[in-house]
Amino acid sequence: MSTATLQATRIENITRTYQMGDQAVHALDGVSATFEPGSFWAIMGASGSGKSTLLNILGCLDRPTSGRYLLGGNDTRTQSDDALSDIRLKYLGFIFQSFNLIAQLTVEENIQLPLYYLGWHPDRARQRAGELARRVGLGERLHHRPSELSGGQQQRVAIARALANDPVMLLADEPTGNLDSATGKEIMDMLGDLNAQGKTIIMVTHEPEIANIAKHRIVMRDGRIASAGEGRL
Amino acid sequence: MKNSRLLRNIHLGVKTLMLHKLRSLLTMLGVVFGVGSVIAMLAVGEGASREALVQIRKLGSNNIIIDTAKPSDDDASSAGRTRISIYGLKYEDVLRIAECIPSIKRTVPVKIIRKEGRLGSKTLSLRLVGTTPAWFDLVKRPLLAGRALADADLENRANVAVLTEHGARRLLATEETLGAVVKIGGSAFTVIGIIQSDSGNAGGMQTPDRDTDAYIPLTTARERFGDIYTQRSDGSQISELVELHQIITEASSLADVEASAQAIEAMLTRFHKKKSYRLQVPLALLRQAETTKRNFNIVLGSIAGISLLVGGIGIMNIMLASVTERTREIGIRRAIGAKRLQIVAQFLIETVVLSMTGGAIGVGFGVLIPWIITRTAGMPTLVTPLSVIVSLGVSMLVGMVFGIYPALRAARLDPIEALRHE
Ligand SMILES: Nc1ncnc2c1ncn2[C@@H]1O[C@H](COP(=O)(O)OP(=O)(O)O)[C@@H](O)[C@H]1O
Ligand SMILES: [Mg+2]
Repeated sequence: MSTATLQATRIENITRTYQMGDQAVHALDGVSATFEPGSFWAIMGASGSGKSTLLNILGCLDRPTSGRYLLGGNDTRTQSDDALSDIRLKYLGFIFQSFNLIAQLTVEENIQLPLYYLGWHPDRARQRAGELARRVGLGERLHHRPSELSGGQQQRVAIARALANDPVMLLADEPTGNLDSATGKEIMDMLGDLNAQGKTIIMVTHEPEIANIAKHRIVMRDGRIASAGEGRL
Repeated sequence: MKNSRLLRNIHLGVKTLMLHKLRSLLTMLGVVFGVGSVIAMLAVGEGASREALVQIRKLGSNNIIIDTAKPSDDDASSAGRTRISIYGLKYEDVLRIAECIPSIKRTVPVKIIRKEGRLGSKTLSLRLVGTTPAWFDLVKRPLLAGRALADADLENRANVAVLTEHGARRLLATEETLGAVVKIGGSAFTVIGIIQSDSGNAGGMQTPDRDTDAYIPLTTARERFGDIYTQRSDGSQISELVELHQIITEASSLADVEASAQAIEAMLTRFHKKKSYRLQVPLALLRQAETTKRNFNIVLGSIAGISLLVGGIGIMNIMLASVTERTREIGIRRAIGAKRLQIVAQFLIETVVLSMTGGAIGVGFGVLIPWIITRTAGMPTLVTPLSVIVSLGVSMLVGMVFGIYPALRAARLDPIEALRHE
């Protein structure tokens, strides 16, 4: 799947339907988009409009009910659970609103986690974790637990972890949602730098100032794309 | 590579369990007690039965031992103030057994008389054992000096004696051992040999062997001391006429033992009006001891099974709680790219680490307790390596059996829902 870096990520007429009793909830209702390599997208929209659902499908945590999701030439809808795990492990990185670090592991161990599943030798993994921690400015905090860090620091650890496998695409669901605006700005600068270095980033947010850092945006409404394109919409 | 992953998984499991030390300890308590008590009880049982088996084997598994036993309803001819009881095995019995039962290889008569032995100023209460040379073949104890009784001694009714090592040492002390003349019950006996003492206790069985035994020819014993033993009390006399106190027979093979014992019993019943003897078959005792031990082990196994079941359920309960508690962690690992099988492995290994640690602590107790019992109560105990290995194996099995369900539950969680879990 080394071609993944070259090929655009494409979704075609995706739907995602939840069956709630006898009522069908259309979280996504026919969504199509193309994400070029190296692009930076902000997905916006009201609460419940389907932003997270879309991001989860893009992140291979979920499969569309219908439609096609082409990632590196593969259609994810037909992939096994193990194959999707492998795609996440090798090509994707996640950043969550609530950081989602493992509390009983140190900063170093959290950053190493993807490398562990990739089967890296512990010494090499430790070395890479150290480099990544320094890159996000936490070189001195390697042996701290997440609970000993501020929110902004925790999110930086999460970014370091998301970068550990050198992913093709970073997926962030409201990465600044739990941070004050100054810290949020820091995180956004970091994401901007990463995009400048060539990483494709798709980010959900409902804050316009945050969204402004992204070059492209999608606005969701009731499971559909209300508007999409470059610049401020 | 695969190996190092397992090691890291074990390391992770240990680390996670160490986060909740008390909880982990309490969780494995069931396995600790189960394994500990089973190993300890097995060690006590093994020690006791091993000792019993040694004693029984010493009696000879091919042997059938017939002891004289005084009948309880002894209404012996009471002529006035002198009563005489006549009972027990007869000289004739020896011949009958030797001649009529072909499966019997050796027949050894034993006559026991208690007398005082005297050498110079030293005296020692002796158990005189009147027997034949075959006795020495039967007991298979090494002769330390001199020679055993010979057929010629019997024919000549020679005044010769073989002493046990301990008896000889106490009686003869520094004197020239062989050839010393000991006064026994008024007769002078020449010491012709020293035989090793039997240090063990025969566990209730009458073998003609104590530390202070003196072995003399049966013919000599009969001639010098006769068959009547008289006891005086309250002015009345009680006399007993007993020809032989014991006959030890040896069957030609193990397969013949039980049939031979039945034949002997049938024959004795025919020739004795009253049952004044008792048959003991070490092989039967051996079998019985083995059966008892097997039953003991079955009971123990059941107890072990139940306690490990309870321990296992306790572990499963905690692991299920742990899976719920760590739902978020599972979601994170899955989002990062962990496969279901890797989640299963993580939780399964954690459970096995828990149960095997419990098993190992249990083994520690199971070894320590018998050691204390042996030290304080002097009871023989034996921890067999097999019981330790099986216990650890079973602990591992308990971990796997009761860990698989929580592990599968963890792996089946939907990553998105798991990530959303508070
Ligand atoms: N697991 C689920 N079961 C049922 N309905 C769901 C589930 N997840 C999301 N939905 C519904 O799908 C819609 C879109 O949700 P979501 O993508 O989380 O919205 P957003 O992230 O834009 O706030 C909402 O109406 C939500 O209630
Ligand atoms: Mg959302």
